[in-house]
Amino acid sequence: MKPDHHIIANFVHEGAHVLDLGCGNGELLSLLRQQKNALVQGIELDEDQMHTCVEKGLTVLQGDIESGLVDYPDKSFDFVILNQIMQEIKKADFVIQESLRVGKRVLVGFPNFAHIRARLTLFFSGKTPMNKALPYYWFETPNIRFLTINDFIDYCSKKNIIIEQKFFLGKSKLINFLPNLLALNALFVITKI
Amino acid sequence: MKKDSLGIVHTQYFTFAEPPNQLQLKSGRSIGPITLAYETYGNLNEQKSNAILLCHALSGDAHAAGIYQDDKTPGWWDDMIGPGKALDTDLYFVICANVIGGCKGSTGPSSINPETGKPYALDFPLITIADMVEAQRYLIDSFSIEKLFCVIGGSMGGMQALQWASAYPDRLISAIPIATALKHSPQQIAFNEVIRQSIMADPAWHKGYYYEQGQPENGLAVARMIGHITFMSDQSMEEKFSRKLRKENLSFQFTDDFEVEGYLRYRGYNFVKRFDANSYLYITKALDYFDLSGDLFIPDVKKTNIRFLVISFKSDWLYPPHQSQEIVRLLKRKHAYTTYFDLISTYGHDAFLIEIDDETRLIKNFLTNLQQH
Repeated sequence: MKPDHHIIANFVHEGAHVLDLGCGNGELLSLLRQQKNALVQGIELDEDQMHTCVEKGLTVLQGDIESGLVDYPDKSFDFVILNQIMQEIKKADFVIQESLRVGKRVLVGFPNFAHIRARLTLFFSGKTPMNKALPYYWFETPNIRFLTINDFIDYCSKKNIIIEQKFFLGKSKLINFLPNLLALNALFVITKI
Repeated sequence: MKKDSLGIVHTQYFTFAEPPNQLQLKSGRSIGPITLAYETYGNLNEQKSNAILLCHALSGDAHAAGIYQDDKTPGWWDDMIGPGKALDTDLYFVICANVIGGCKGSTGPSSINPETGKPYALDFPLITIADMVEAQRYLIDSFSIEKLFCVIGGSMGGMQALQWASAYPDRLISAIPIATALKHSPQQIAFNEVIRQSIMADPAWHKGYYYEQGQPENGLAVARMIGHITFMSDQSMEEKFSRKLRKENLSFQFTDDFEVEGYLRYRGYNFVKRFDANSYLYITKALDYFDLSGDLFIPDVKKTNIRFLVISFKSDWLYPPHQSQEIVRLLKRKHAYTTYFDLISTYGHDAFLIEIDDETRLIKNFLTNLQQH
């Protein structure tokens, strides 16, 4: 099991309503349904991935993330999941705000661009960093934005978003010391009053 | 993956609404007795929990799958229905009935009016999609089926699936509306009006009372040609016909030089042999009257437990994807379990009859998972 999925599955409560934006092949949603009897809904654009979701018996809507949220009433879900998509979407602020409207809590997971290896690569080789969390060359990456843990914390404080919990992930375990330097991935639980 | 055909099937007939218990229609008029022609495939289980109601489109009929003893033309969705297919007859009991107003064995304008002993013609009352569904409900009741496992259909069949979900939310577990809409748009109404005008402009139409002299063939053929243009896409027509000529050279006369012209004429005049012009008028009108937009679909106070699989096709411009997305939008607001696919296809509206592989994969998986829940 992916470590971030493990954390999310632990965090989500029994029978929760969950919306996963960019749910891919439905791996996380299946896990949440299986372990937490969660009532899950996915939104995904890729037709093959969607077929896989339907094979697993998941309910999934074909659509892009930016326009997928607008029709849901306020607080329709206990959790809205934005896992590993923040770096790929165009209107990040809009999507986060909409997710906070639609969900009671939002789980945001993203690769940390300020990881020490990334910094060193950029500093010493002068090349775009690549690592486990950022595995792409510049010319094939789906990522259109690069953000760091500190960036996200700044953003939340500027927008009056409450960070309820945060998890920082290294290669195999959680990082508690100097996360912006040592964590490869971050997972935030945010909410707004 | 070669799947079995159903083999020989039979049409059956169900008559209800005998006077004085006639069926009350949305128009305020009533009609009876009503006969529905229907076919069934597979077996109804003991709990009567495996029934799928399949609803046909404008020119469809009850013959959805298999062949007749004396006519080897397979039903209109034969690739989708049978052992191992999307609507797997090893698992499900599939029912398909010709709509009221139709001309394939169900009571319609070409049926004999018991009061006069002559065909109803335009004395037949206008019918709506809701009336079609109401008639189907009588048929379902006759099987003592409390809850349908699924109601599925494309185009006008999809409207019936939506109408079922709206009118009888407790009587179905799932609905699969394909290439359809919550309401007819002005463009759709406009096409249907041109279709009706081409029938009514034919002098042979005789204001609808033509049954002794024969059909308004030219009008109906033109009506069907218009229909066929709207069923295809720019790309599918390019691929199928391009500017290919039927003969070697241009004739410099008003003949069907191009293959596309020959195709439309063939389709148009073939249709005349199998379809009643008045039925075409009545059914297109029923399509135009259909409107479940806004609160009409699922009233505000209600929640629905029906599981929806909504399917559209990217190249369908007659029932474009945004109309399916409108259905999805309403379902999202109601927090209904909804799966939505906008399938890639170049076939236009016809895709729902043609893109069998994608539909099979999707519908089969969707239904299989429903069974397990």
